[in-house]
Amino acid sequence: MIIDGSESSLKKFLSELPPVDQVGAEARASMLATRSIKTTSKAWAIDMAISMVDLTTLEGADSAGKVKALCAKAVRPDPTDLTVPSVGAICVYNDMVKIARTELNSIGGSEVAVAAVATAFPSGRASLNVKKLDTQDAIDAGANEIDMVIDRGAFLSGHLGEVFDQIKIIKELCGNKAHLKVILETGELVTYDNVRKASYLAMLAGADFIKTSTGKVAPAATAPVVLVMLEAVRDYFTLTGTRIGVKPAGGIRTTKDAIKQLVLVNETAGPEWLKPSLFRIGASALLNDLLMQRMKLRTGHYASANYVTMD
Amino acid sequence: MSSFEYASAPESKAIANIASSYGLFIGGKFVEPKKGKSFNTINPATEELLSKVGYADKLDIDAAVKSARSAFTKVWSKLPAKERGKYLYRIARILQERAREFAVVETLDNGKPIRESRDTDIPLAAAHFFYHAGWADKLEYAGVGNKPKPLGVVGQIIPWNFPLLMLAWKIAPALAAGNTVVLKPAETTPLTALLFAQVCQQAGLPDGVVNIVTGDGITGAALVNHPDINKIAFTGSTEVGKAIARSISATKKSATLELGGKAANIVFEDAAIDEAIEGIVNGIFFNQGHVCCAGSRLLIQENVSDEVIEKLKKRMSLIRVGDPMDKNTDLGAINSKEQLKRIHEISNTGDAEGANRWSPECKLPAKGYWYPPTIFTGVSQSHRIARDEIFGPVLSVLTFRTPAEGIEKANNSMYGLSAGIWSDKGAKILWAAKQLKAGVIWANTFNKFDPASPFGGYKESGWGREGGRHGLAGYLASDAKASK
Amino acid sequence: MSRLDINKTYKLFIAGAFPRSESGRVYEIKGANKKFIANPAMASRKDLRDSVVAAKAAQSGWANATAFNRGQILYRIAEIMQGRSEQFVDEICALEGVSNKAAKIQVAEAIDTWVWYSGWCDKLSSVTGSLNQVSGPFYNFTTPEPLGVVAIFAESKPSLLGVVRTLAPVLAGGNTAVLIASESYPLPAITLSEALATSDIPGGVVNILTGKTAELAPWVASHMEIDGVDVAGLSKKQEEELKLVGADNLKRVFRFAPTNNPERILSFMEQKTVWHPIGL
Repeated sequence: MIIDGSESSLKKFLSELPPVDQVGAEARASMLATRSIKTTSKAWAIDMAISMVDLTTLEGADSAGKVKALCAKAVRPDPTDLTVPSVGAICVYNDMVKIARTELNSIGGSEVAVAAVATAFPSGRASLNVKKLDTQDAIDAGANEIDMVIDRGAFLSGHLGEVFDQIKIIKELCGNKAHLKVILETGELVTYDNVRKASYLAMLAGADFIKTSTGKVAPAATAPVVLVMLEAVRDYFTLTGTRIGVKPAGGIRTTKDAIKQLVLVNETAGPEWLKPSLFRIGASALLNDLLMQRMKLRTGHYASANYVTMD
Repeated sequence: MSSFEYASAPESKAIANIASSYGLFIGGKFVEPKKGKSFNTINPATEELLSKVGYADKLDIDAAVKSARSAFTKVWSKLPAKERGKYLYRIARILQERAREFAVVETLDNGKPIRESRDTDIPLAAAHFFYHAGWADKLEYAGVGNKPKPLGVVGQIIPWNFPLLMLAWKIAPALAAGNTVVLKPAETTPLTALLFAQVCQQAGLPDGVVNIVTGDGITGAALVNHPDINKIAFTGSTEVGKAIARSISATKKSATLELGGKAANIVFEDAAIDEAIEGIVNGIFFNQGHVCCAGSRLLIQENVSDEVIEKLKKRMSLIRVGDPMDKNTDLGAINSKEQLKRIHEISNTGDAEGANRWSPECKLPAKGYWYPPTIFTGVSQSHRIARDEIFGPVLSVLTFRTPAEGIEKANNSMYGLSAGIWSDKGAKILWAAKQLKAGVIWANTFNKFDPASPFGGYKESGWGREGGRHGLAGYLASDAKASK
Repeated sequence: MSRLDINKTYKLFIAGAFPRSESGRVYEIKGANKKFIANPAMASRKDLRDSVVAAKAAQSGWANATAFNRGQILYRIAEIMQGRSEQFVDEICALEGVSNKAAKIQVAEAIDTWVWYSGWCDKLSSVTGSLNQVSGPFYNFTTPEPLGVVAIFAESKPSLLGVVRTLAPVLAGGNTAVLIASESYPLPAITLSEALATSDIPGGVVNILTGKTAELAPWVASHMEIDGVDVAGLSKKQEEELKLVGADNLKRVFRFAPTNNPERILSFMEQKTVWHPIGL
């Protein structure tokens, strides 16, 4: 065991992590953004990115109809081209889980996971009991993945043990039924030092994935934030031999953005992370841009939005 | 394709209009060398001929100096300072407009990755002209007295590692201060200087204010020894710098010398390790290590040295070596056969003296001049690879136990150009910065350059500064100095 | 019968002590009236070597003293010289053959020169350093630092002022000095060293040698521990020879106009530029 579970051992471990220099981290991320991905590697990256998409709808106005449409899109992103892979998962609020799971199964999308945001998403401001119920409810409804939020208030006020314990409790509920993605909400943690600490805290508490953001707070999945999280999973692997996944979410809208994310993965955590089981991109609009770029590569002509389905 | 291998992404050569031959740029025109001699300049990544350039000898130098003198007395010194500045602004703008072309030619002639010429060399060169343009009519605020005067004709000799950028470092302040120049680019990288001559023409710069003479060391010596030169500005090896100092010892010529280095890059235990790794890589592998201020001696505090070396090796395996024109290349070609030989020669002493060599697996192209990114661990101060400037992608790794020992090792060198500090503790950084005997200290960063920031070395790394207010002073006469 | 004067023995000033030359040599100095004044030591290359060792050893202490402290010490030298004015005046009159009034003016100027450079010590960074506006998230500043060990060939005349106006700026910048007094007018330099010895200036910061310029200059030129040279007291030929050999370690060699100027301080300083990122 790296830590014994006590707050003091956790604090000691996190305080010994090397600091992150903001300017240096941002410079590295922007250097990697200059990578020029062309032709065959671009085609590979687009398909990989599609298979990594957590196709997301998290609106108050979400309805069964909207979610079902999303399911169709997730399974066959481009109905005119069946070589396009399905997305990794669809990501919904917990009352939509059952609808989504059933729909996916019925249209041949049983491989597409259903991820439920839980623990009083997005703010996380609820009692532990409510968070537990929220999670259990989603699992019972058939969620394959739980996207929980950490208690940022507790983290920022130094109650690291509390944050750790909550993740641990939710992880226990997930058991072997659901993967646990832990949302750090990096836009509220503000510093890269905090992002690194929260990443380790989540991994130590049992996260299968660490996820940048809810999508409700800006800035969200900026390149340097993802860089710091990828460094964390890479170093955690060196330390423990376990590979933890990373999910940037929020603000990734274009193929260019997505490819930049894959370059970050490739040159930070390494090529082992370039698969949907270890890297996901939480997005909604991104998928259609990926499809349009795919068409452009295939046909040589610039595509029009009229030829991709809106959902 | 089953993994994420980057397909080649070559920059197009089409934008570069390289003529099959170039004359010397004297008096605002391209002229043939008086003796009609020329030499080849090649692409070091492919060994292909790029162009033939004129070889300037003593007679050509004399013509160039005369042209510069005449331009100085008749035109440039009479021009209102404000107008002088406008010419520099024009040059800055034209460089920005033609940036892509300059980047391509620089990479073809030098071998450096297009990413670096595109993102560093050319934008910084333009920035130098822009910065100094603003000084032209503000010289009385430069801290060298109320009525600062130019020196006259300046002879400038630049190296092959940053051809256009070094040209900008030299020409921009010289012209801003009101001098005229005769500049000799390096033998292996003359092309962007000749392209720059065209920029001077496009800018309408008065004839003779900038003269560009191509040639070798003998050409450079002729320039240094020309009796009508008021100042020499040289960037290059310490050996040649000393020779210049001797050559001018019995003259009234002044000199600015930017010479060699063997910079220590010091990683303390509390450093931001991931950013330090980037800084180490940038410190020694930027521009193939052809950088006088390269962080070629890595000093790591012993209690973090295993972690740092392990992470460094992993990071080094990601360095993409190969075609400099590929936008994804990190490490390009070694500039010349001679330089490659020198890198081999000094690095081989590392093996012979018992240091441990390591390079990541990387395929080097069959043609051209290449050296893999290399580190030596287990190096001690007495090893030649810890003392001599290699000027290549070769890093010597040493360790230290206490901060004081780190500083002592860092300063144990005849050079004093630059140094790096990696620590998260403010007080320690300022302490170390104060102790280090070097002209440029990069704390938690490395190899950063800016026209507003003075650059230059202590000890045998040179005389004077370039850049900023301090660099400008080197091109202005001082009434506090006397000559007997 | 009148009382017989006690004559002064003029010795070298090395590492805060007053040794004779290790060579045992002296040479004769006569006054303007051709009468014998003293037999100062004729320093050898070994005395030069010892002086450089002392100067090097004292360097970091002097450089790291606060600028305020250095300024106070230079001012203290002026105070002590003021108290000994008479002695300097007599010496100058005897050596240079100038009027009492002229000598007094020279002593006053020398004292004021210490005061002037004293005031510079803690203003060098403010006036000559800079905070550089680089294009990026970096804090970037440039500040002057002492070169190290500076050798000074003092001017012959004015015999006291010529010493002070070369020495004071070198010290103000935090360098330590080896001053080679004028061969023909060396006595005020030695008398000054007696003032220095009773000031608060640490031993080794100033070392003063008397002797033959032509004999010592080549050793100064080739000494690799000497970083800079003020060649005020050298002939043009000697200066050229010194520059030629001094190129071996790229010595910073200067000759200044006979005025007080901060450039005398700055020429023997290096400008250090420090970069640091600005971020969280």
